[in-house]
Amino acid sequence: MSDWKFTVKEIAEKPELFSSGHRACAGCVPATVHRLVLKAARGPVIATHATGCIEVSSTIYPYTSWKIPWIHTAFENAAANASGIEAALKVLRKKGRIKNEKVDVIAFAGDGGTYDIGIQALSGAVERGHDFLYVLYDNEAYMNTGIQRSGGTPHGAWTTTSPAGKVIPGKPQFKKPIADIMVAHEIPYVATASPYYWKDLIAKARKGLEIEGPAFLHVIAPCTRGWRFPPEKGIEISRVMVETCIFPLWEAVDGEYRLSPPSKLIALKPEKKKPIKEYLKIQGRFRHLFTAEHEHVIEELQEVIDKRWKRLLKKCGMA
Amino acid sequence: MTVAKQKVLALSGDEAVAYAVKQSDVDVIAAYPITPQTIIVERLSEYVHNGEVETEFLCVESEHSALTACLTAAAVGARAFTATASAGLALMHEILYVTSGCRAPVVMAVANRALSAPINIHCDHSDTMVERDSGWIQIYTENSQEAYDSIIQAFKIAENPEILLPVIVGLDGFFLSHTLENVKILPDETVKNFLGVRRFPSVKNHEGKLVPFRLDPENPLTIGPLDLYDYYFEHKRQQEEAMRRASEIIKQVHEEYANISGRRYGDGLIEAYRMEDAEIATVCLGSTAGTVKTVVDKLRYRGVKAGLLRIRTFRPLPVKEITAALENVKVLGVMDRACSFGGFGGPVFHEIRHILYDAPTHPHVANYIYGLGGRDMSYMLINQIYQDLQKILETNRIEKLVQFIGLRE
Repeated sequence: MSDWKFTVKEIAEKPELFSSGHRACAGCVPATVHRLVLKAARGPVIATHATGCIEVSSTIYPYTSWKIPWIHTAFENAAANASGIEAALKVLRKKGRIKNEKVDVIAFAGDGGTYDIGIQALSGAVERGHDFLYVLYDNEAYMNTGIQRSGGTPHGAWTTTSPAGKVIPGKPQFKKPIADIMVAHEIPYVATASPYYWKDLIAKARKGLEIEGPAFLHVIAPCTRGWRFPPEKGIEISRVMVETCIFPLWEAVDGEYRLSPPSKLIALKPEKKKPIKEYLKIQGRFRHLFTAEHEHVIEELQEVIDKRWKRLLKKCGMA
Repeated sequence: MTVAKQKVLALSGDEAVAYAVKQSDVDVIAAYPITPQTIIVERLSEYVHNGEVETEFLCVESEHSALTACLTAAAVGARAFTATASAGLALMHEILYVTSGCRAPVVMAVANRALSAPINIHCDHSDTMVERDSGWIQIYTENSQEAYDSIIQAFKIAENPEILLPVIVGLDGFFLSHTLENVKILPDETVKNFLGVRRFPSVKNHEGKLVPFRLDPENPLTIGPLDLYDYYFEHKRQQEEAMRRASEIIKQVHEEYANISGRRYGDGLIEAYRMEDAEIATVCLGSTAGTVKTVVDKLRYRGVKAGLLRIRTFRPLPVKEITAALENVKVLGVMDRACSFGGFGGPVFHEIRHILYDAPTHPHVANYIYGLGGRDMSYMLINQIYQDLQKILETNRIEKLVQFIGLRE
């Protein structure tokens, strides 16, 4: 596994492969996530992107934020894009038609492009064993089309297609455990990451690139517009998500789960685990839950978080 | 150039396609099995597993991913091939437009098959007719020999730096895909030399620098960006211009290929069969043309001035060539193996009748929709069409402009 060590200075001095000047919103965490992931590059990279907010805001013709070769084709096929790129690089290198050097392939997709419409292509690509890193930047709804619920939207959250109605208060279903689904594919590397713990994120992206075969990195990426929080709060929220264990940090190498330091700390000192209310109250999308009528939704959510956290501890041998 | 010495193999249409792909030094194949295309992917898998080709074969989980992977592989610089039919092509629909829009020179064989519902595995042209506006060059073949020849030509057409458009080569499901035929095979070296390796035109990147049109870490290029009302229209216009240029390139490639193979299919765009002084004629695509030619021969023997215009290249539509070929025809029957529900006749009828609006002479044009879901188009039925055309010629009037032929009424 990766023995790459880096300092803040080294990261700061590495060239920006995802440049400024894009049209993402003020306080956009997904844009930060892209920048951080590319800081893990170890050599030449080709990136591909599912349709989504970062895809559109970073490539408005004739401008682009991508200082590496980049291609977008459609919404549901980021992993298939990566398959074709990886296969072509392999065979062209063998035939001597391109330079004989390792080129890393990264596929970026949002939660819609991963949990929902893109899961077939993703499942197929990892089953075939292509050597690529798939980065899910999860902002928990279809933000590009204006905040519609996805399989990644949490229970109770308001979106425009799971409105906080009089009868149904937000999204009735729970978030799909996508990273566990990827572990179940028996791929060599799966990890979760939060941009607050940015060194952990970069190190995991690097591992994903270094590992032979498919790697899946699930990065939580709060969205100021969709989650209804002030633009300066995104990184803080991505910390509280880890502290409340709604988004624990872990990695699974060859199927072996292991908690990452910030979550491991909570596992060792359970009193540090914050109640989910602390996370919910700092966002507008859960505001409707703080009423006598809907408070039970918070309890339901807490129950599921606790259940999933326990299950994770068991998988990590820490139960 | 001299015609190469060729061996003769007994191959089905699917096998002929696979053999052509094998000889074309294809870098990446991504495909998903569907009847009646399946033999193509089976044979190609054998070539790969037996080490007969240096090709990455992706057995993908859907046709959507098949075409996607071919597209991005081509964007990296690979020669890419896929094959499908019917529902598989329909599932690819979205990516067909993306492929042509990204100017990725992918070649695809389509074993033409009816669309569901009701589900039917047999031949008609509904699947590819849906895609006629998708920016792909479309070549329809008459027999397995032509399918073999056309696949090889298709790579050369698609990859021409002046064109960079994807190509569909259609072969009628079962009638060609599963029927054994003697196919003349060029020597491997001849095909290799004919195709050469891909060349990349230079394009301006976002920094105004000229870079090769491919995903190359040394010359970063953004492909498939968001393109709004300020540039999208120009890019679409460029696609249309490439299509217009393609007619000449298809003819040239066809001619070059004829020089090494000794085989010609008209001028590569259309094939006019006994059309010189024809008074009555039909227009058709694909394998039906073989039977029509027999009917025409019989009619000619009896002194009837009958002819056939087979359209080989349906996209780009060879307007000039079709107009010239139909100049002296008095009555024309357009045969459609697809239905445009609620439209005014079948898709080929739309095009042909439309072309003739500006022609110096206006023949009567009737439409015959036939053979949906693999219904056999027999000698008798084709003969019936020519009798109908003869009657129109004599009475100078069409009783029924659009007819379904060969079914229970």
